[in-house]
Amino acid sequence: MIYISKGEVNKWLVCLGLAVFVAGLFASSAMAKVTVTYWEKWSGFEKKAMGEIVDDFNASQNEIKVKFLSVAGIDVKTKTAIAGGNPPDVVGLWSYSVVPFAMNNALIPLDDYMKEAGIKEESYISSIWDLMYAQGKVWALPSTPATMGYHYNKGMFQDAGLDPDKPPLTIAELNLYNEKLTQMDAEGNIIQMGFDPGWPGWFKYPWGWFFGGELYDAETQTITADDPNNIAAYEWINALAEKYGRTNLMSFKSGYGGFGSPTNPFLAGKLAAVLQGVWEANFIQTYASDMDWGVAAFPYGPNGKPDTTWVEADVLAIPTGAKHPDEAFEFIKYVQTQAAMEKLCLAQKKLTSLLATYNNPDFINNHPNPYIKFFFEQAMSPNAKIAPRVPIWSFYDKYMQVAFDNIIIGEVTPADALKEVTTTVQQELDKYKGMF
Amino acid sequence: MKRKARRDLRNGLLFISPWLIGISIFLVYPIFLSVYYSFTRFPLLSPPSWIGWSNYLELFQDKVFWTVLYNTLFYFSLQVPLIFIVALSAALLLNTKVRGMALFRTFFYLPSLVPIVATAILWAWVFNARYGLLNAALSIFGIKGITWLNDPAYVKPSLVLMSLWGMGEPMVIYLAALQGVPVNLYESSFLDGANWWQRIYHITIPLISPAIFFNVVRWVMGAFILFTQPYIMTGGGPGRASEFYVTYLWENAFDFLKMGYASAMAWILFIIIFAVTLVVFKFGAKKVYYEGA
Repeated sequence: MIYISKGEVNKWLVCLGLAVFVAGLFASSAMAKVTVTYWEKWSGFEKKAMGEIVDDFNASQNEIKVKFLSVAGIDVKTKTAIAGGNPPDVVGLWSYSVVPFAMNNALIPLDDYMKEAGIKEESYISSIWDLMYAQGKVWALPSTPATMGYHYNKGMFQDAGLDPDKPPLTIAELNLYNEKLTQMDAEGNIIQMGFDPGWPGWFKYPWGWFFGGELYDAETQTITADDPNNIAAYEWINALAEKYGRTNLMSFKSGYGGFGSPTNPFLAGKLAAVLQGVWEANFIQTYASDMDWGVAAFPYGPNGKPDTTWVEADVLAIPTGAKHPDEAFEFIKYVQTQAAMEKLCLAQKKLTSLLATYNNPDFINNHPNPYIKFFFEQAMSPNAKIAPRVPIWSFYDKYMQVAFDNIIIGEVTPADALKEVTTTVQQELDKYKGMF
Repeated sequence: MKRKARRDLRNGLLFISPWLIGISIFLVYPIFLSVYYSFTRFPLLSPPSWIGWSNYLELFQDKVFWTVLYNTLFYFSLQVPLIFIVALSAALLLNTKVRGMALFRTFFYLPSLVPIVATAILWAWVFNARYGLLNAALSIFGIKGITWLNDPAYVKPSLVLMSLWGMGEPMVIYLAALQGVPVNLYESSFLDGANWWQRIYHITIPLISPAIFFNVVRWVMGAFILFTQPYIMTGGGPGRASEFYVTYLWENAFDFLKMGYASAMAWILFIIIFAVTLVVFKFGAKKVYYEGA
């Protein structure tokens, strides 16, 4: 038996331990991957869709590993992370965040990266592309875009004696259709309505567009909420509330269920139509799969134009202070390839931002949304609008919401409400004059 | 200071140093920073820039500021008295010798344990005009329910009503205080022919006044910083009918990227709460009776 003293054993153990440790260090550094953190707003099936793209990217190469995190309240968390100097490498924002983030230098411009990668503006649908740049630079690239349409319940149309294949073309027609589709009970309570502009309450600002109005004049940096066409639009909304009774309407609306549930008023057959985005098909298929439905461009008013819609997008951007911006762009570049983008948007049941996809029968024919071509065409319409590209869009949106609510309650006339919005928002915007 | 005393002080400080450091970094420093921010324009995404008193001046001209201040004061003046009455009444009832009292006390206390967010989501459904429990219960009595959260006239009272559900906390404090009221006082008042109201007003309330004082101070502060329930249930709507001071502060800080403006709001709120609490203390010093004092 070999005699080794306890001290000796200790020494050997320490040396062995050190050797293993050092070897491990060398091994891991040889395999060193750059970890790119990616914060995204999605949950559920949308998150799963992007998760697959992330997995594909990670599997396709050995240098970069994207760590994909689903973050609730991503707006606030990203702002505080950037302020704290500890942002993720890639962040999934909404398109309306691009201008305020960009003008505060909170994002890294992507022009040079794009040039190197050969990503060109011409590949994209121009209305979606417009969302990506500010001050002459590109600050984000799209992940999943959306356009809106008048979704209607063909069954309810038929029951009311309307032709299910002829949705209303103009606001005048919409009013007539609403009269047939709106039913009250013996006590005067509303049982079902043709259309409620207040549902689900996400879009209180776009109504002027259908009447030929604009919300913002970029040349003069002027807020134009009190454009006569906008006032006309909100007069129309006011007239709807007046006609069916404001208290009646309040009572009817307070019985609505949650958006993503079978008690969603459109899915439950309480509303014959809704103005919603390309995602609506998912909800119909999940909660009201037996509904016979159609979608068309939202009707336009006297000074409006046909095929008016607006475009939004989820975007990918690189915050200032990101630890691995180059690698972050490698991932964003991957998402922009036609194959990855189509896989992502197909799984999320949306359209893509690429013109090439519109001409790709594989995408169009395999798409779960039977009207996906319509949503593409809306994005490509000359009357596709985008929300004003101002640094204070959240502020403007909120004031439009308040104005809308107060108009429906009957507390203020549309003209007064919109004039006040214009004054207040212009005052706020003037603080940023020359800065964006 | 003597050497031993000095050494004791040093050791004591050393022991609480983790807490001291933590509170300095995470509480004291941010508080002083926010004073600084209130004099700056700070869009959160880029560094703050000094603008002096502008934020405060702008606040006083901001119509929404006055609206939310009014809403908060409305809520405060409705909720604080109501919860006092409800919690005290419940405590008095639960102080009687009825069989199964422990069970009753548990039931009354349980709602206050439900996390605020869960309460908010639950009550959003309770208040639903078509499917909610409230209107269903009212219809049994033939009363047509109102549109609780959708009606600008009723949205604030609805939030007050919801807050009364969580009165378990002040109730147990009153309950504990009630145990300290000497029974012989009630007995002699009974002999003197006092009715229940006179007993409550002349015996109970003065003798539990420390508990009342404590609860009022807490509820005053709590009412002014109301945030979670309106944030989740109504988003400030309809219009700005349920927009309160702190929800508007949050909106300015995180939605509108006006952190400086929000910081100014925070310090004005501090002054308001401080002033109101001072009034409560002044009033309390005269009225609160501490037995044995």
